[in-house]
Amino acid sequence: MKTFSQLKKNLKQDFKGLKKIKVAVLGDTATQFLVQSLRATGYDFGCDLSIWEADFNQIERQIFDTQSELYEFQPEVVVIFQSTHKLLGIYNKSKMENHAVLAQQRLMEIEEMCNALNSNLNTKIIYYNYPEINDSVFGNFANKIQSSFLFQLRKLNFELMQFATRQANFYLCDISTIQNYLGKASTFQTSVYINTEMVLSIDTLPVVAKYTMDIIATIQGQFKKCVILDLDNTTWGGIIGDDGLENIQIGSLGIGKAFTEFQYWIKKLKNRGIIIAVCSKNTESVACEPFDKHPDMVLRMDDIAVFIANWENKADNIRQIQSILNIGFDSMVFLDDNPFERNMVRENIPDITVPELPTDPADYLEYLYTLNLFETVSFSNEDLERTKLYQVQAQRTVLQQKFTNEEDFLKSLNMLSLVESFNKFNIPRVAQLSQRSNQFNLRTVRYTEGDIELISNSDNFYTFAFTLEDKFGDNGLICVIILKEENKDALFIDTWFMSCRVLKRGMEHFVLNTISDFAKKKGFHKLIGEYLPTAKNEMVMNHYLNLGFEQEDKNWILNTDTYENKKCYINKK
Amino acid sequence: MERNEILKQVNAIFVDILDNEGLVLNDTTTANDVEDWDSLTHIHLVVAIEKHFGIRFTSQEIQSWNNIGELVDCIASK
Repeated sequence: MKTFSQLKKNLKQDFKGLKKIKVAVLGDTATQFLVQSLRATGYDFGCDLSIWEADFNQIERQIFDTQSELYEFQPEVVVIFQSTHKLLGIYNKSKMENHAVLAQQRLMEIEEMCNALNSNLNTKIIYYNYPEINDSVFGNFANKIQSSFLFQLRKLNFELMQFATRQANFYLCDISTIQNYLGKASTFQTSVYINTEMVLSIDTLPVVAKYTMDIIATIQGQFKKCVILDLDNTTWGGIIGDDGLENIQIGSLGIGKAFTEFQYWIKKLKNRGIIIAVCSKNTESVACEPFDKHPDMVLRMDDIAVFIANWENKADNIRQIQSILNIGFDSMVFLDDNPFERNMVRENIPDITVPELPTDPADYLEYLYTLNLFETVSFSNEDLERTKLYQVQAQRTVLQQKFTNEEDFLKSLNMLSLVESFNKFNIPRVAQLSQRSNQFNLRTVRYTEGDIELISNSDNFYTFAFTLEDKFGDNGLICVIILKEENKDALFIDTWFMSCRVLKRGMEHFVLNTISDFAKKKGFHKLIGEYLPTAKNEMVMNHYLNLGFEQEDKNWILNTDTYENKKCYINKK
Repeated sequence: MERNEILKQVNAIFVDILDNEGLVLNDTTTANDVEDWDSLTHIHLVVAIEKHFGIRFTSQEIQSWNNIGELVDCIASK
């Protein structure tokens, strides 16, 4: 990771063309360096953060005064950093009988701040949790007494997590974890604190900025979706081709333990929706053997969405994995113990993330923990099923190769789509897809669960969620349309995005038939589409043109009165 | 380490952190003489110097120097 000095050099770079995001930073200690670090880190994430920094210790004034500069600035993200040191100061000054309600009071304040922010802004709130200070007044007994500072602090951190589970647009940035792994001696430097009122040491700033940026980027739809594993000396110890099934290292003995724990970590990632792929230089049958036969393997074949073992070069193999999964290289992580392979992949596929794994496999996990690679802002049942969906996709690819005629292939799939407006069951998935869809996304306006709820309750909007199933299985909810009533004549297509899992299945036609039909029935005569280009949605540049819309300035218009339904092989469920 | 050598290395740290190639320090240079050397940058410089020489200053020392010469003396005394 870059040092603060190195990061600062980013500030002189050209930010033109990077994604602009308006961020407000409010702190009760000096935040100037943090703000510089955030903007500089943003550059490395491809973002141009326009940051408004509240004057020192102005959090409450800015938030509770609706005429404040904060609200004038209209931030998309508000970062709030209330320090443990200032909290300790409040504890020190308060009467003994109030010590036991410190956490409760702070929580109430935070809740009030969130309410004020949410009623005046449409914003995401990132709140820093509290790195521990143990004032050692009660010794170990602090753990047994409500009124100790340590008790209140830990309670506060826990209750903040509880609060976050209830508050959709509120995200905790876990700087307490940063102190846990770097150690307080390095995250907090007394001389810096005494001379500047900064509670973060210079060396910690880039880490805190990175953790904050991880959340911001994820809110913007930029996050990891897939991990690609090498096998020999990465997933197990030893070389399966040379050492044989009995002699690879895995299990509970010696270094085998490190690989087993590593596999459990990968398995947990899979269970939370990260796609697992394998890319190994091996003979395929040999590479598969441990997955099928070794009793100590944690990962099994059905955990792996795409398995590639051959003697071709890894960059080409990763490109193939990418084409099957249809996700961006920047959402992939490649784990390989071999520095040569790592460099080869880095050079050929610059967007992929390739961690510099330590030489000792015993260090893999501790190192990977610190990278915070797999940030997310949502978690749904869909995540649990993802591997299966991609495995089924691989089967479809095989079937398609058997048909020379695409129509015959599509007919053979027996496709069915359920069309519903947004409801309490599909809203989480709609919001999630809104964060995840990059390629087939016409306007790339990101909506959170809270936003989607508002839209679904509004009279101005008409909403559609489409599922798609076929004889191989159910893809679940894969396409979303939000129509906005422009005037009594026309509906504006505010949102049209689709999962790339269902490309080339005629879904676009089915969707257009559906919404055109809807418009007609409601007495509208026009559909208005708009394409807003991003770095990733070139795929749909000609979407409206191809569907027969006519261009009018920046918009695309379809006359629904003369529209004839497009041919497609999907039936309404 | 020789005083001159310390001054040379301190100069290099200032050049790097203030991103000012032409900066030349001497014993009588003060914060007023150097563009961008404010109280916050000061702490950044101090931490970089600590790291470079493998030393720690006390909180009082950091506020005590009137010019570069006193800073160099302080490093030499460690």
